[in-house]
Amino acid sequence: MTRVVAIVPAWNEAGAIGGVVDEILAFDPAITVVVVDDASSDDTSDVAAHHGATVLRLPFNVGIGGAVQTGFRYARDEGYAIAVRLDGDGQHVASELEKLVGPVRTGSADLVIGSRFVDPGGGYRPPFARRMGIRVFARLVSLLGGQKVTDTTSGFSAMNRAGIELFAVEYPHDYPEVEATLVAVRSGLRLSQVQVEMRERQAGTSSITFVRSLYYIVKVMLALLVASLRRYPRLEAARR
Amino acid sequence: MTPIRASIAGAIASLILILVVVELVRGRRLKERYALLWLATGVVLLVLSVWRDGLNTIASWLGVTSYPPAVLFAVATLFIFLVLLHYSTVISRLTDENVDLAQRIALLEERLSRERPPPRES
Repeated sequence: MTRVVAIVPAWNEAGAIGGVVDEILAFDPAITVVVVDDASSDDTSDVAAHHGATVLRLPFNVGIGGAVQTGFRYARDEGYAIAVRLDGDGQHVASELEKLVGPVRTGSADLVIGSRFVDPGGGYRPPFARRMGIRVFARLVSLLGGQKVTDTTSGFSAMNRAGIELFAVEYPHDYPEVEATLVAVRSGLRLSQVQVEMRERQAGTSSITFVRSLYYIVKVMLALLVASLRRYPRLEAARR
Repeated sequence: MTPIRASIAGAIASLILILVVVELVRGRRLKERYALLWLATGVVLLVLSVWRDGLNTIASWLGVTSYPPAVLFAVATLFIFLVLLHYSTVISRLTDENVDLAQRIALLEERLSRERPPPRES
């Protein structure tokens, strides 16, 4: 029996987090659900704990990447073999988890990303600007990493022990997904993508507002260029 | 040629800078590590202010012919950039260390609450 941990970063998601935890446990009660509360001002922690999650409560807000990394550190320290990562706002559908965990369990991939664009008829049509942004980042990561990636902005993913150990040490602090994908590829992780459906947000607001978009784009571009200049330890040895 | 008044003003200003930095370090309000760049700034500016021939020579190397004290401004600006850049690296390191500590606290608190029931928070 492989131990699986679900890492769920949450910031002021008291309205959605209970449903997210319930849904993961309904999918598989054996999964340890770890909610990382990024210093919420509402009762996200209490709601999550009440629904049966293990809660890691950060003393002050460190941003999504730092929060997720806390979960990876937990997974590493507690010896989990597989980690999945879902957003705390309920946009990732837990019943899709098997698609992500399957390839990791059979050993055919180290990191599986739930993509909305593997299948061109997938149905997800984000606004034009966001679609272009996602496409540009995907092209860039594919180019710099040497593996084809279609959706680098997705936070819905699953990984094995090698992925957990990499991300516990090396994970960007804000807007982390795009850069993390490149770091994973450059570290030698075998990436796989599966088509998943995602829901509209159930409560709260997206952390990406129009004003922050510019910072997002510039920061991620810079991070990608720097990440492609850095050297990362190859993880061949960590694999079974 | 550098006007004598400009040299005197420059020397006084750099001396004040050096004295203030030394006093801050003496009072433990500034760490030696962060005082070094400021002291270097003060000493270089002081030397260039007092050593008038030197300033003129450097100015002529740089093609500054009309007003040699402009080199003082240039050197001061350069040092301020260095200090600020140094601070940016310090802030980046502190940010990383801060996040690391926050993560450790979250992990330790969770482990602690497993080993014994959490204390009631008021």
